[in-house]
Amino acid sequence: MEKRTDKNLYTILFAIGMVIIVGSLLAFASAGLKERIEENKRIEKQLNILYAMGVNENEGSSMSFVSKDIVADEFSKYITKQLVIQGDNVTENTNAYLINIKKEQSAAKDDSYKRQLPLFIGEKDGETFYIAPIRGKGLWDAIWGFVAMDDKMVVQGVFFDHKGETAGLGSNINQRFFMDDFIGEHLLSNGAFKGIKVAKGNADPKNLDKTDNEVDALAGATITGDGVSAMVKSELKLYLPYFKNLKK
Amino acid sequence: MGLLTKKDAALIKDPLFDNNPITIQVLGICSALAITAELEAAIVMSISVLFVLGIGNVVISLMRNIIPSKIRIIVQLVVVAALVIIVDLVLKAFAYELSKTLSVFVGLIITNCIIMGRFEAFALANGPWRSFLDGIGNSLGYGIILIIVGFFRELLGSGTLLGIQVLGDSIEKTGVYAYGYENNGFMLLAPMALIVVGIIIWVQRSRNTVLIEDH
Repeated sequence: MEKRTDKNLYTILFAIGMVIIVGSLLAFASAGLKERIEENKRIEKQLNILYAMGVNENEGSSMSFVSKDIVADEFSKYITKQLVIQGDNVTENTNAYLINIKKEQSAAKDDSYKRQLPLFIGEKDGETFYIAPIRGKGLWDAIWGFVAMDDKMVVQGVFFDHKGETAGLGSNINQRFFMDDFIGEHLLSNGAFKGIKVAKGNADPKNLDKTDNEVDALAGATITGDGVSAMVKSELKLYLPYFKNLKK
Repeated sequence: MGLLTKKDAALIKDPLFDNNPITIQVLGICSALAITAELEAAIVMSISVLFVLGIGNVVISLMRNIIPSKIRIIVQLVVVAALVIIVDLVLKAFAYELSKTLSVFVGLIITNCIIMGRFEAFALANGPWRSFLDGIGNSLGYGIILIIVGFFRELLGSGTLLGIQVLGDSIEKTGVYAYGYENNGFMLLAPMALIVVGIIIWVQRSRNTVLIEDH
């Protein structure tokens, strides 16, 4: 005799029941935890911005952010201004760091839309940092970061992160040995915007030449590295008019 | 083992060596290649699989008499995906840093064939306690191979272990690098993981010839 669990009706009812139970379980978990997750993401953004401008607790070769408990105070202490650049308009907005870069990027595919470009101005030890968020594509998923520059578009510090790059290979873009290479690199070359290329087989593995617009690539992470080059180039280029105005 | 009967103990012991999921059952090879470039990633993945397979096996085992056989694979997939996503959400809310490290593995765990393989081969036919032991045993067996492969790939490929430079600094030329040693970048690429797994299989079968399949 056919088993009860082999009947078509039972199978269909089981499938429906399973979808309802699992679906609502996931929906409850997601909705219930949403607020906490958003808050964690907001804190993470502040930590990353501060990290890029050198407000961190790095010691030797170890890497650590400022403590979560003081991040809000540190953020308002070091970040003196938050700007939103939209075409020729530059406005101040204290929540500019919450602008969703992904949404801005897709909205900007429509030519009539002028993309909102957030820029954070930080002051530390008498120096001024201009920190821009960037976002691009790695091998598997999104990669993003924050680049701190001086007024001549020389990189002062970066923070990169990724959603799902290969562990041990592309995922190393958020490690110090990769990020520290960017410090001091020029984005401009003879006054024109050139970006920074993550270059394989460059003849400068110790990265002593800071004006070659190149940093050493990661072994086994060519596509992630190309993604970083492309993201740095296309995103920071958008800020060029602002930096040109600054000189005037 | 006082707590376990001999038969139960075998459930944990066999997958460690003579019935290892990677080297004998040839399950979970993809993740053994993908995340063993670093020892740390290999350890994190092993622990994650331990949790998911231990709990998943129990859940599937409890449901084994009500799962319709026609859609059992989908049911297994839903169970493991739901488990992993809930754990991921909870970590994101309460242990954000940890979740950042683990999020890379979430997709890998859901599609890990060890998990589906054990659900299908064991949990569907056995009680919860035995299924739990089977899950723990198999994920330990999986973890051992991952950690061995990760150890050699990180050591020979990057000259580090858990991110610590154990062979000296390759750029400053200290430690063994002062004598002309170079890191083998090829070790970081997936093909070398396959070769390391191959060597483990070779060593294992030459020590225990019973394991050699005759064709």
